Amino acid sequence: MHFGDGAVPEDYLVYIRRKIFWILGGLLLLFLMLIYSISVGQVAIPPYEVFQTIMGLSVSDSWDSIIWNIRLPQALAAIVAGAGLSVAGVVMQSILRNPLGSPFTLGISNAGAFGAALSVIVLGTGRMQSTAANAVVINNPYLTTMVAFLFCLLATGIILLISRIRSSSPEVMILAGVALSSLFTAGTMFLQYFADDTQLAAVVFWTFGDVGRANWPTLKIMTVVVLLATLFFMINRWDYNAIDAGDETAKGLGVNVERVRMVGMVVTALVSAVIVSFLGVIGFVGLVCPHMVRRIIGDDQRYLIPGSTIFGGILLLASDTAARLIISPYVLPVSILTAFMGAPTFIYLLLRGYKR
Amino acid sequence: MILSVEELQFLYRNRKILHDIAFSINEGEVVAILGPNGVGKTTLLKCLNRILRPKSGTVHLEGKNLFDLGSMEVARRIGYVPQRVETGRLTAFDAVLLGRRPHIKWDITEKDMQIVVSVFKLLSMEDMLLRYIDEMSGGELQKVAIARSLVQEPKILLLDEPTSSLDLRNQVEILATIRQIVLDHKIAAIMTMHDLNQALRYADRFIFLKGGKVHAHGGVEVITPQTIEEVYGLPVIIGEISGMRCVIPGRPAWDCSAGRVSSKS
Repeated sequence: MHFGDGAVPEDYLVYIRRKIFWILGGLLLLFLMLIYSISVGQVAIPPYEVFQTIMGLSVSDSWDSIIWNIRLPQALAAIVAGAGLSVAGVVMQSILRNPLGSPFTLGISNAGAFGAALSVIVLGTGRMQSTAANAVVINNPYLTTMVAFLFCLLATGIILLISRIRSSSPEVMILAGVALSSLFTAGTMFLQYFADDTQLAAVVFWTFGDVGRANWPTLKIMTVVVLLATLFFMINRWDYNAIDAGDETAKGLGVNVERVRMVGMVVTALVSAVIVSFLGVIGFVGLVCPHMVRRIIGDDQRYLIPGSTIFGGILLLASDTAARLIISPYVLPVSILTAFMGAPTFIYLLLRGYKR
Repeated sequence: MILSVEELQFLYRNRKILHDIAFSINEGEVVAILGPNGVGKTTLLKCLNRILRPKSGTVHLEGKNLFDLGSMEVARRIGYVPQRVETGRLTAFDAVLLGRRPHIKWDITEKDMQIVVSVFKLLSMEDMLLRYIDEMSGGELQKVAIARSLVQEPKILLLDEPTSSLDLRNQVEILATIRQIVLDHKIAAIMTMHDLNQALRYADRFIFLKGGKVHAHGGVEVITPQTIEEVYGLPVIIGEISGMRCVIPGRPAWDCSAGRVSSKS
């Protein structure tokens, strides 16, 4: 069977170009946001000097130090974490065929929090210390991170194992995630009940996701993981589109739905686990950012995946900038601000419906 | 011969759903799979493009064993339209473009898009091109799904009750179009159907399933009152209206005067 050709209508090309325009516009906005985020704070640095410093032209030694040691890694961590959580959310929503799919809904974040609590309380890796500059010193941040990471993977492993037995059904994956989420929350509460004041403070503080914890080495790890995962998702974008059209349609198009679902879960969980264990629990971005982008550029994964990656970065960077400024000189952890800023925006978008 | 099925057997949790299924199909033929609800019509379709794996038996596609082909190779040869399709915030064009998935390497090409446009023209749905499928009626969505299977450029089309959500005019249009495409492009179509009259008008051959196996198989000669009563458990009359064969239920299955269902004997 072969079909002759027909000219592609101009309307469609315009429609596609509009999506590409949104993505490029998002990139530009992200860059401007980055410069702004670095320029504001207790020490104000003019945007042009920020740009010069990032480009490697030293303007002043103290500004150099502030930008390279504090503000740039924090801003980049916000971008990478926002992008990673958002893209993981998009893919989970697709492969689980459920709009509530996100690293948070599936219990991965709560598992990480439980791991951190276990490490702080049982292994004694954290203590609260009262200093204005840094409220909590986790004695052994690497061990805490490792244990949190292991529990994220454990949660994912259990979900995959259960769904494997029930032939990769998306409902089973979601419900298993919800069950695990409650289980790990209860476990964390159990540990907290027996913790002393300083440990309790350290655990609670850990669960406030904060991009200020990032440093260059952890930033590098997160960046590599998020970039590779996003590339992997882009390669599979047609398969996710096919699954969005229904499992049977996807199978009829030659897509191995069960395998795409399993491998997708492993990769999204890995991204979430890396971010959660380095930065703590940052909810909302993974769930809501994809839906915001859907309302603007639709459900086509070819544009939804890059769009969500970029707008996830913008959302978390904007939240973090606001968190640093809102009650200055005190700096709020970003996880508090994401929901404050995101929820009203999201409700507005839900009410407005789709952009025509 | 484009497709031949031999000794096909399908089990679900050790229960025999289909057994002793054998038939073959030639280029240019439309085959109707008929039978009561739950007899395994959909299951049979899914075994033909490997969505389900039969317990035993062989399916040969243009002389090649179906189970030796990769899943993308199968999808380049067999288009499948399921009973239910999901919607999303996609234009009809993008939804149909997805049908090129088995042919796509990294990204779509100009040619893929041109094929999509020509299929829209073929099905007279150019006006739907940029409409969002989550704002479409069931019938329009069904047309999109059929268009998607056509851009796969398949040798065989499998359609699971293709007209179930269409109005009378769309039913006739879609079936007539499929009939024409099958002849023009020398492919074959296999569809499950409930409407015996439409089967009579648009299919060349008929496969009646009963109790998980082929009860009758052949051309128009197998459509007899006896076969239909055996398969559906309902007596029918076959007559001619304006030169077209028609099947109508013979004895009413319910007693109108009593206003309730009565046993048929």
